[in-house]
Amino acid sequence: MSFFRDTFIIFRRATLLSLQNPAWVIIGLMQPILYLVLFGPLLLRMTSVPGFPPGNAWQVFVPGLLVQLGIFGGSFVGFAIINEWRSGVIDRMMVTPAHRVSLIAGRVLRDVMVLMIQAIVLVLAAMLFGLRVPFGALLLALALVAMLGASFSSLSYAAGLSMKSEDAFAPLINTFALPVLLLSGILLPMSMAPAWLRYVSDVNPFKHMVEALRAVFRGEIFTFIVPFGFGLSLALVLISLWTGARVFRNQTR
Amino acid sequence: MLEAAKEQAIVARGLKRSYKTRTETVDAVQGIDLTVGRGEIVGFLGPNGAGKTTTLKMLCTLLEPTDGEAIVAGCDLRRDARGVKRRIGYVAQGGTTMREAKVSLEIVSQAQLYGLSRQEGERRGKALLRALDLDGIWDRPCGSLSGGQRRRLDIVMGLIHEPELVFLDEPSTGLDPQARANLWSHIRSLRDQFGTTVFLTTHYMDEADALSDRLLIIDHGRIVGEGASAELKERLSGDAITLTLRTAEDAAKSQETAGALENAANVVCEGNVVHFRVPNGASVLPGLLRKLTDLDVEPIGVEIARPTLDDVFLNLTGRSLRD
Ligand SMILES: Nc1ncnc2c1ncn2[C@@H]1O[C@H](COP(=O)(O)OP(=O)(O)O)[C@@H](O)[C@H]1O
Ligand SMILES: [Mg+2]
Repeated sequence: MSFFRDTFIIFRRATLLSLQNPAWVIIGLMQPILYLVLFGPLLLRMTSVPGFPPGNAWQVFVPGLLVQLGIFGGSFVGFAIINEWRSGVIDRMMVTPAHRVSLIAGRVLRDVMVLMIQAIVLVLAAMLFGLRVPFGALLLALALVAMLGASFSSLSYAAGLSMKSEDAFAPLINTFALPVLLLSGILLPMSMAPAWLRYVSDVNPFKHMVEALRAVFRGEIFTFIVPFGFGLSLALVLISLWTGARVFRNQTR
Repeated sequence: MLEAAKEQAIVARGLKRSYKTRTETVDAVQGIDLTVGRGEIVGFLGPNGAGKTTTLKMLCTLLEPTDGEAIVAGCDLRRDARGVKRRIGYVAQGGTTMREAKVSLEIVSQAQLYGLSRQEGERRGKALLRALDLDGIWDRPCGSLSGGQRRRLDIVMGLIHEPELVFLDEPSTGLDPQARANLWSHIRSLRDQFGTTVFLTTHYMDEADALSDRLLIIDHGRIVGEGASAELKERLSGDAITLTLRTAEDAAKSQETAGALENAANVVCEGNVVHFRVPNGASVLPGLLRKLTDLDVEPIGVEIARPTLDDVFLNLTGRSLRD
């Protein structure tokens, strides 16, 4: 079907473009490793603090890093679409008979692929540090990262292409990033938080995703939080893909 | 619309577009009718902000018209946008390629989006690069090309699927004179070699003169004039003649004499200078000078100027294109 062919053409172009600029791919790979090396040892000291969740410190820490990777790995691609739009590439592609939705789908697919590679490197490195998890748990973790990555890269493309200005897009990212990071228990588990902060964080869907992945890493796949967290991320990915497709379709309005 | 419209490259009726911004509604294009025949090179001339790009984007399916309809390359713009897309090429005003991307990557992926295979894209891309004097840039990043090379690459991108109709938005803006002349000869050869219909916008008179078989003049979102460049100029009341005299008195006498000439128009006297228009000025001038000599009036300067497109525009809108 031409939708899949068009999507693959865009995916291939985006991937080759990333490879022509490998610095970014390498910086992207370095980031999770730096977290492991520079932040992990700090966290190991915290395991005895009251409220620290059960399980090995790495089983608590690595799910947080993976969710963070999924959220932030995709969030900045909006800058790239503004650059492409300004170069005339988006208009040029929209005049071709290619499916409009392919133009975003191919790019999202590239972003998800890059994230998968980064996530695998992160998990392998964490294993060297002492992470032990069942293989099935890793597959679920990758699925969650892929869903988050697809969501945020779609939303970021949608926002970038709607605003068409770095000066408008950058504050949006900043406004969104800090509360999400602080309220999701990505770095320190929210179980350590005082009651009021915990209630506030309950509203943040990403907290539940992190908790779900932690449960999976502990091997507690059949607890309520797991389907709840994964269900939330599935809902998020559907809403985000729809939003992204809509923005690209409506470019000619 | 009429079946006969399908024989033409473009037929548009009542095309309108307004933009809504937070504070106001801009009526960028206010009802345009136009016809472009197959194989024509038509120039769309008008000052910045006249609505050229907006019109072009509508005809290329990039922007939904607020009102009106069009048949482009034989397909209905509203009902068969994909049909239009397959048959046209579009070269945007601001460029079409990423600085960071290799020329080969942009060309081949563009060809693939038109349904061609990678091999076919490569073959056609290389042939087009050769045709536009761009050999040897295949593996270079687009950002490393000169302005003229990059603009010709844009044209290669727009032609990769061999469209029957190509839209060029301000093709030579920002190029040096040599690169412009070179680009123009390539655009002309497009039509001469492949019979491609070319619809181009420009706010440069020399570009409109050099390239177009026919001009559409647009101002404030409306077409205000139409015709071949020479024809439009002829329709004006002839050549502009300027006489400079020794005294205001001599000038007054000259004004009277010039005013008595057959078909002289717009005769004005400013101090010791007289301006007027007359068809076929070169053959009228010797007789006029003889009459002035008989009156003992001897001009110290005589200037004759063929009408330019700027005069045409001035005549149509009351403003200069240069403003
Ligand atoms: N996206 C837009 N939003 C609001 N106004 C616009 C937009 N694009 C163009 N305009 C306005 O529409 C008018 C016509 O613009 P344009 O078609 O680009 O003119 P041209 O190509 O002849 O220079 C101008 O007044 C311009 O400011
Ligand atoms: Mg323009």
